[in-house]
Amino acid sequence: MKVKVIVTLKSGVLDPQGKAIQQTLNGMGFANVKDVRQGKYFDIDIDESDEQKAKLSAEEICKKLLANQVIEDFKII
Amino acid sequence: MNSSVIIFPGSNCDRDMDVALKKFGFKNKMVWHDDDKLPKSDLIVLPGGFSYGDYLRCGSIAGKSKIIQSVIDFANSGGLVLGICNGFQILTETGLLKGVLQQNKNIEFICKNIFVKVNNSENKFFENIDKDVLELHIAHNEGNYFCTEDELKSLEDNNQIAVYYCGSDGKVDDKSNPNGAIKNIAGIFNEKKNILGMMPHPERMIDQSLSGEDGSIFFENLLKNLK
Repeated sequence: MKVKVIVTLKSGVLDPQGKAIQQTLNGMGFANVKDVRQGKYFDIDIDESDEQKAKLSAEEICKKLLANQVIEDFKII
Repeated sequence: MNSSVIIFPGSNCDRDMDVALKKFGFKNKMVWHDDDKLPKSDLIVLPGGFSYGDYLRCGSIAGKSKIIQSVIDFANSGGLVLGICNGFQILTETGLLKGVLQQNKNIEFICKNIFVKVNNSENKFFENIDKDVLELHIAHNEGNYFCTEDELKSLEDNNQIAVYYCGSDGKVDDKSNPNGAIKNIAGIFNEKKNILGMMPHPERMIDQSLSGEDGSIFFENLLKNLK
């Protein structure tokens, strides 16, 4: 089954790319954009029919490789 | 003294490191990332570069490569491990060193000479070094060292900060911080001080006609300390 994972920077961790995007948007006329945080999205196809088992695998995958938990959080959706 | 430099796909300072180590008397061997055993070594070096194209996070894929378990075992048994630039990033990704190297604060690739101040010389890497301010070279996009407050406190309490970015006079201040690194940290040790990760490249400063020679001081001293 397919599992979707989103990895984002923890709040409080500096995100220079997000900041640059926000400033660019402001410059383009989107004056109402107050903050942008950039993240990563993964589509993972796991050879597993049991949803619970697939999500457990995904969690381990996130902890061991996809997210660096010093600065990043992950969400399995 | 025997050294080994690990080559990952995308390493690009591996041969510079080989030249530097040999120049100062190490018998160096190059080791491919897909090998599972290390040759007998007194020093393992993870070189600079862009292993795996910096995919996912700098150093994250290299940190899971086949040779790494041997490097971790070598380090945990007290062996000397040096990670320069991408090598430092790999060491943090393996968990051998604390923290993480984030993108530079100004979102620019920085390539220039800088100065570092040696903070702790009670270890094989810096013991008896002649100068405590060294001019070295940096070339990186992700050198902005970050760690949690608790980790920073334990780094400071255990004297694990190896080198700080500083001015030519040795003054550590915001002005001399090239990349936004927390507390101007340019390099750190593990608790036992047998693992050193740092962003600056000593191997680029071993010839006066090319750049400078403060890297020579580092390598000469390291070899002396190992003998």
